[in-house]
Formats: sequence, structure tokens, C-alpha cells
Amino acid sequence: MTDFSYWDIIRNLLIAGRWTVALSLIAFVGGGVVGLLLLILRMSKKPGAEAFVIGYVQLFQGIPLLVLLFLAYYGIALFGIDTSPWVAAGVGLTLYASAFLTEIWRGCVQSIPLGQWEASKSLALNFGEQLRYIILPQALKIAIPPTVGFLVQVIKGTALASVIGFMELTKVGKTIANATFNPFLVFGCVAVCYFLLCYPVSLYAKSLERKLNVNR
Amino acid sequence: MSIVETTLAGGNVIQITGLRKSFGANEVLKGIDLSVTAGEVIAIIGKSGSGKSTLLRCINGLEDFQAGKILVDGKPLDHASPAAMRLLRQRVGMIFQSFNLFPHLTVGKNIMLAPLLVKNKDASSAQVAATKLLERVGLSEKFDAFADQLSGGQQQRVAIARALAMEPAVLLCDEITSALDPELVGEVLRVVESLASEGMTLLMVTHEMSFARKVSDRVIFMHQGLVHEIGTPEELFGHPKTPELKQFLSSISD
Repeated sequence: MTDFSYWDIIRNLLIAGRWTVALSLIAFVGGGVVGLLLLILRMSKKPGAEAFVIGYVQLFQGIPLLVLLFLAYYGIALFGIDTSPWVAAGVGLTLYASAFLTEIWRGCVQSIPLGQWEASKSLALNFGEQLRYIILPQALKIAIPPTVGFLVQVIKGTALASVIGFMELTKVGKTIANATFNPFLVFGCVAVCYFLLCYPVSLYAKSLERKLNVNR
Repeated sequence: MSIVETTLAGGNVIQITGLRKSFGANEVLKGIDLSVTAGEVIAIIGKSGSGKSTLLRCINGLEDFQAGKILVDGKPLDHASPAAMRLLRQRVGMIFQSFNLFPHLTVGKNIMLAPLLVKNKDASSAQVAATKLLERVGLSEKFDAFADQLSGGQQQRVAIARALAMEPAVLLCDEITSALDPELVGEVLRVVESLASEGMTLLMVTHEMSFARKVSDRVIFMHQGLVHEIGTPEELFGHPKTPELKQFLSSISD
């Protein structure tokens, strides 16, 4: 069998770590875009829109991410589309992240006093202008801590993509562990990798929060 | 009928007929008729729950209504048309009890925002206009301040400047001094008084009876969702006709 040096373990984990980062970004950007669209749809008071968004949120918050990934992986294939683990993981994580993000952000928007809506309305601003210039800038500040907190959840959640054969940090860790017969060491390294990804994100959130508080 | 309406609307900034508004089963406005001519200053008084604020909020479309008609500049208020509502709100300014300044924007940007977005003014002329308006309300040095650095009275004066920046034909004031400390009420009322003397059409819900008496051309006493009594300040305050108004006036003079 191949002999794995410490360097081999770390090198392979770092390579796999890139895919964990990429997957996290896809999940976060996809979830963020879809979540924002759902939020705007919900606030637009269009008939049926609110019920749709509530249903969407409850559905995808109520399914474990692991099951969601399985469903995405095997479900897309049912439509005759050739599913790569990339597409399946991207879809599953986007559904998952958007459901949570739209709900987090709705709370932030709701905490903006009604008077801000009314004052901007009475100044003849339309719905889009109200959102862009009055409501979202104020909501953004409140939204940063819970959003980044959730981003950390998403990074850790990408570990589940290993079950559909996605070669990210956890999956590669498992493979190396099988080859080296030293699972504790390998998964210890995997844990350190996740921590090194998540901790700076938390730190950045704190500094961002401080900065936004100063500049309003 | 339509001819009468048009001629009436000709001299009237606001023409309200048969306005009815309910919140669920609770009917708050039970058929309001009111016309406001250009330059007129009208004070609306009455107990809380009599529908005063709701009436104002209907006029600039913050509240929908079930029956009746509101004409502003002869044009009907129509919630179904966003474009019409946008035009209407440019003609009808509103000032709130709780100021509602935008806390993330400077005073200057609070005032300039709507002219820039809605009236498509260019930045420099909007800034000149905002500076002039701040001068008019006595806050020229506060252009770059944020709302939380101002007193309540100053915030409310900025809110007045912000509403004026849209060059409205009529200004609705919804209990604009009720949230202020007593010593700050005067500075806001002085601004309103100067607006009145400059010929601005004003419709104000107020609890400041002596101010209403001094400034307004007509006073409206609302009671249980109806215009119960209407007339000059002398008539209403000096010679109230109905027992409800008499009782209201005696209750607030204590």
C-alpha cells in the first residue's frame, strides 16, 4: 500500500478544501440570490406570493439537508438529466440555504419600523425605491450577524455532500483515513481545516458589524 | 353631477365626498364630506378614535377606503393605479407624529432623496433646494447631521423640510407635536405658522387648541367617524353648537 506522509495527508486535504470552499460559495450565492428574490416576492403583497414563500420555507426547512441532497441527486436524474454531484449538491444546498436566508432576512426587514415604509410611501417612492433606498440598507445592518452565522452552518453543511460522491473535504478525509488506517489523525486534520475556514468568517462578521455600526 | 363636481374641484385642492372606511367590522369613517380650497388652513380636532388620523391617512393613500371619493386637484384617488398614486403623493405631503426620518441618511439626503428619485432633479439643484429648506426651518447647520443627533423638535422640522422638498399643494400634519417634549412644541408650531402665512394649504390633526384657534381658517370637530361640526375657530371654540363639542372642549380645558 501507499505510504502516506503527514504532508501527503495535508496536501490532499487542502486540495479537497478548495471544493468545500467552492461548494460553500455556490450554496451561499445561490441561496442568497434565491432567498432575496423570495423575500421581495413575499413583501410585494402579490396574491398567493406569501403563501408560496411560506410553503417553500416550511418545505425545505423541514427536510434534512442530507435527504435534500439525495433527492436532488436522484430526483434530477428522473427527468432524464445527467446529474453530476456538482449540480446535485449545488441545487440541494441552494434550496436549503435560500429557505433559511429568506426567513432570516424577513425578520430583519420586519424589524424596520412601519413608519419608515409610510414616510417613504408618502414621499411618492415606489415599492422598489422603498426597498432599495430605505428598507434594505437599514435591514442589511441588522442582517449581517445572523447571515454570517448561517454561512458558517453552510460551510459545515457542505460536508454532507460527501454522501453523493462529491470529493470535498470530508469525503477525501474518509478516503485517506481508509488508506492510512489512522482515522483519528486524518479526521483531526479535517476538523482543523473546517475550523480554519469558519473562524475567519466569524471574525470578519464581527469587524463588519462594528464598521457598519459606526457608519450607520 | 359631473359638471358640478368639476367646477367644485376647480377651486378645491381636496374634495372628499361620502368617504367611508372600515377596519374589519369597525367602521371608522362613516361618510365624510369635505372640501379644502387652496391656501386654506384647517384644523381637525376630536377625541381619539374619532377618525381624524384615518381621514388624513386616506387623503394621501396610506389607507384604502371602502366607499366614497377623494379628489386631489380634481383627480380621483385611485389605489389601483400606482402611477396615479405616485402623482398624487407628490401633491400631498405628510408629516407624522413620530417624525419618521430615515436614520441611515443624513438630514440633507433625507430631504433630497425623493426629489432626486421621484422628480428626477439633478443633484446640485436638489442640494440647493434642500439647503434653502433647512434654512427655512432654522436648521441650516444640520445638513450633514444624522437624525439621532437631533432633538425631537429638530427632527420634526427636518421632516417638514423633507415634505416641502416635493413642493406639495397640500400638507397633512398628523399630530406632529404630540411626541414632543413641551418645550420643543413651540419651534415646530412656529414653522407651521410661517407656512400657513405663506399660503400653504394645511390640513392638521392637532391637540394644540390655542394654536388651532390662532392659525386655522376653519376648524373641524370629528365625532364617531363623522364631521360633527365645522366652522371658523370663533364659531367652534366660542359658540359650540352641539353638546358633544361642548363636552370635548370642556374636557380638554381642564
